[in-house]
Amino acid sequence: MPKDHGIGASPKRREDVRFLTGTGNYTDDINVYGQTYVYFLRSDMAHGNIKNIDTAAAAAMSGVVRIFTGADFEGVGGIPCGWQITDVHGEPMQEPAHPVLAIGKVRHVGDPIAAVVAESLEEARNAAEAIEVDIEELPAVVDMKAALEDGATKVHDDLANNLCYEWGFVEDNRAAVDEAIKNAAHVTTLELRNNRLVANPMEPRVALGQYNRADDHSTLHTTSQNPHVIRLLMGAFVLGIPEHKLTVIAPDVGGGFGTKIFHYAEEAFCTFAAKACNRPVKWTSSRSEAFISDAHGRDHVTKIELALDADNNFTALRCDTYANMGAYLSTFASSVPTWLHGTLLAANYKTPLVYTNVKAVFTNTVPVDAYRGAGRPEATFQVERVVDKAARELGVDPIALRRQNFITEFPYATPVAVEYDTGDYNATMDKLEVIADIAGFKARRAESEKKGMLRGFGVNCYIEACGIAPSNLVGQLGARAGLYDAATVRVNATGSISVMVGAHSHGQGHETAFPQVVAEMIGIDESQIDIVHGDTSKVPFGMGTYGSRSLAVCGSAMVRATEKIINKAKKIAAHLLEAADSDIELKDGQFSVAGTDKSVAWGDVTLAAYVPHNYPLEDIEPGLEETAFYDPANFTYPSGAYCCEVELDPETGKVTVERFSAADDFGNIVNPMIVSGQVHGGIGQGIGQALLENAAYDENGQLLSASYMDYAMPRADDVPFYAVDHSACTPCTHNPLGVKGCGEAGAIGSPPAVINAVIDAMQSGGHNVTHIDMPASPSRVWEAMKG
Amino acid sequence: MYSFEVERPTSVADAAAALGKDEAQALGGGQTLIPTLKQRLASPSVLVSLAGIADIKGVSVDGGTVTIGGGTTHGVVAAEAGAYPALAALAGNIGDPAVRNRGTIGGSLANNDPSACYPSAALASGATIVTNSREIAADDYFQGLFETALEEGEIVISVKFPIPEAASYQKFEQPASRFALVGVYVAKFADGVRVAVTGASEGGVYRWSEAEAALSGNFSADALDGLTVSGDDMISDLHGSGDYRAHLVKVMTKRAVAAAS
Ligand SMILES: Cc1cc2nc3c(=O)[nH]c(=O)nc-3n(C[C@H](O)[C@H](O)[C@H](O)COP(=O)(O)OP(=O)(O)OC[C@H]3O[C@@H](n4cnc5c(N)ncnc54)[C@H](O)[C@@H]3O)c2cc1C
Repeated sequence: MPKDHGIGASPKRREDVRFLTGTGNYTDDINVYGQTYVYFLRSDMAHGNIKNIDTAAAAAMSGVVRIFTGADFEGVGGIPCGWQITDVHGEPMQEPAHPVLAIGKVRHVGDPIAAVVAESLEEARNAAEAIEVDIEELPAVVDMKAALEDGATKVHDDLANNLCYEWGFVEDNRAAVDEAIKNAAHVTTLELRNNRLVANPMEPRVALGQYNRADDHSTLHTTSQNPHVIRLLMGAFVLGIPEHKLTVIAPDVGGGFGTKIFHYAEEAFCTFAAKACNRPVKWTSSRSEAFISDAHGRDHVTKIELALDADNNFTALRCDTYANMGAYLSTFASSVPTWLHGTLLAANYKTPLVYTNVKAVFTNTVPVDAYRGAGRPEATFQVERVVDKAARELGVDPIALRRQNFITEFPYATPVAVEYDTGDYNATMDKLEVIADIAGFKARRAESEKKGMLRGFGVNCYIEACGIAPSNLVGQLGARAGLYDAATVRVNATGSISVMVGAHSHGQGHETAFPQVVAEMIGIDESQIDIVHGDTSKVPFGMGTYGSRSLAVCGSAMVRATEKIINKAKKIAAHLLEAADSDIELKDGQFSVAGTDKSVAWGDVTLAAYVPHNYPLEDIEPGLEETAFYDPANFTYPSGAYCCEVELDPETGKVTVERFSAADDFGNIVNPMIVSGQVHGGIGQGIGQALLENAAYDENGQLLSASYMDYAMPRADDVPFYAVDHSACTPCTHNPLGVKGCGEAGAIGSPPAVINAVIDAMQSGGHNVTHIDMPASPSRVWEAMKG
Repeated sequence: MYSFEVERPTSVADAAAALGKDEAQALGGGQTLIPTLKQRLASPSVLVSLAGIADIKGVSVDGGTVTIGGGTTHGVVAAEAGAYPALAALAGNIGDPAVRNRGTIGGSLANNDPSACYPSAALASGATIVTNSREIAADDYFQGLFETALEEGEIVISVKFPIPEAASYQKFEQPASRFALVGVYVAKFADGVRVAVTGASEGGVYRWSEAEAALSGNFSADALDGLTVSGDDMISDLHGSGDYRAHLVKVMTKRAVAAAS
């Protein structure tokens, strides 16, 4: 019988009560006395020299408190990048300045030129329209390859060119990989684009800055996945505010998908302006603004080559990628196409030689950074597309080719610097074959063909590295921060518990899942435990939520802190029971003396800690509160096998996803329902990327899909009912819960399955199409079939 | 949005008077106009809401004609225009429930978005657009992208649709907006077949006369086999080239003929 509480149970998400009844507390719900509103005047030009900004008329308009331009930020730090990449020559990447408001130049449509703080948003906007801006338009740099040509217009005049870095990994393997490709029995080559995406969380970004003169303290409420990171970056690098004078609060946040990791100019602006104006300053992004100011995702152009020997064993893989950085380096932008991508290219396979070359390019487009999966979806898409193409070229079954090349022994040191601790790729593939009813595909194809439709079947595997990340390792790789996490378990006198966690929940369900763990460890009811997160003044520290790290890293810190609690509580119980510490056992919330019927309840022990009348004060302190920091020993490596079946209308090119199945190995699972939900959402985004979503720029740097009229988000009827399974389980070997993380898997593992299925459908109709770029929109599919 | 006054007349006469004011504009369901105002792309000084005028709402059937009040929402047409099933089906597939519960046929026809659904129904059905001052045949009413025969301040009071023997609207949705990437409305009358195409042409909704001629002789999808559609004057954008749209015109027309009932 499935468990009904603790680890492995699926209680309904307690946070959903407030989300579904309109009682959530989002940043825009917070309004404070004396609040002003800021409207950002943004560039409608992709590239230009700012000749003059005249704010005189605007400043005199009704309700205007103050107008800021780049000049107000000359002495202020810029928005920092959190990861330094060392290039193929051993030199640091080119790192341009990123001012809070544009100084001298505008570099993308949406770049903020001026900010009007006023009594109302209406007045701020009216005044912004009255600002006279004289910009000399420059040619826009949009295409990455053109951006690297000699004589190309420079996005940043003070840099040598538009190349942020050229990175090679593993550079020492380069010659050997090229040699292996040259000597291979078969080489499959594929050129592809990983389409640029806009994250589109349901809640747009919001920032509310406040300043208290009495104690010189700044407070920022913001839509962030990681308030401590914002405090660190904004406090230390931009505004020079020490931690004790700065509080960052991310209350309920309506989805992030990566785009709310980063420190944004608007956050720094609101904090800065609140002090400058001595008034609270609020900014609420409109959806239109989000399209041109939230960091975008993906946007890689890649050539990938897979070499095989005469027995179809993979012998080498080479990947050459152009990665779009946009106009400025966003917080983690530089790490996405490098360490989060190159280290994954061994994928699930024994390929002995792998080389990745990445050219990161500045263009006059919105900055690009991590989006659900970040680097790993790009790696997975390349590998799983080229493997599929190889199977077709060689006329072998795509599943058999994969199985033949699977890594089967663990731990496994890949040729790309990471060591997989556990996994069983055949096990997830076995599960997939069952839940996807692969055997029944032929009959379903025949049914589709009777209706005049083509039917395609696509499969792929994935491996990802998450639970980010061991600090010493990422430090060597250029990260400018540690990536541990922290938790404080505060047991109250009555035995109820508040757990302050550095992870941030913006849809993941931590408030439900984390208490399940503590409840299991102590043996009390989950309802006695609450999670506190998102407030730097309440939570000791934390690096936040991304990279599927919350449970694997922060959850581990919580386990360690709970272990400390249990140890101390056992000592108190031993005192109360007049027994030795080592004889005390904890089960179902009762401390008992081994081999006797003497016991004391959890609540009596916690009460004794706070009312220490009968208490070993000479040995232990009163109270019951413990903190632990946890730095993981390795990444975690979830893996899985996914399968997609599509129907394709040969007359219109429209593709419909009929079936989607996912078999994942996430290690141990705390709440299976939440895990399924994470996979469902991830697959929805993957289908969105594969068939619908496309942030397209024209040659002038104008975003063509800048609203939902042209940017196609997946809707309920674009996705099928999913078959998901996570019973294949090889627990992580190096964290206390044996968990691996499930947040990104769906988005990483699904796009190649969809595209492989689309190719299969087209080929079944006699069309010799070997690749189609995402999104495989009806018109693109039709064009491809037309030849 | 810029600030504006709102007037809520309860009769067509009062509405017409209010619309005589400087920079006054009619407000139907607001599903097009309100987003435009929010983006500050229009700045009327007075919005004259037509929502309170009972006379321009509702669906009635008289002999072979369905008359729909200009202020009738898509949702009401979907539910109540059963006497003309293809029209009811078209209305039921515009936007989402929120859009259908506010957006009106008068607003849609006045706006004449090149990707909107209703214009094709009006044109293919040979409808008559009745305003507060005259009656306009659909053939004279649509005059290009967002252009109609309406004068400043003229109000669409009702639309009279002759009920065909058989009809069907086939919409191929643009993936993002779900407006028509190409929509084809086929209506078969005793004296011939009318075919109207929306979403495709740079000139807005139009009648495909070759298809009409072919289908008037032989009302079957095969009758279209020999016809070709040129992509030259078709809309070309992120969602499809002119050639793709031209191709879809024929595909959707065939499907409409096959589905017509
Ligand atoms: C999300 C979404 C999806 C949509 N999908 C579709 C779709 O799939 N197909 C489709 O066809 N449409 C679609 N629409 C548009 C929708 O049908 C609108 O309701 C319609 O185009 C405008 O009607 P309205 O009553 O809302 O007019 P309003 O927005 O109020 O007005 C539009 C224009 O018409 C004028 N006007 C309004 N009523 C009258 C009248 N009685 N007489 C004279 N002038 C008038 C106004 O002054 C204004 O210029 C969609 C809209 C949205 C928001």
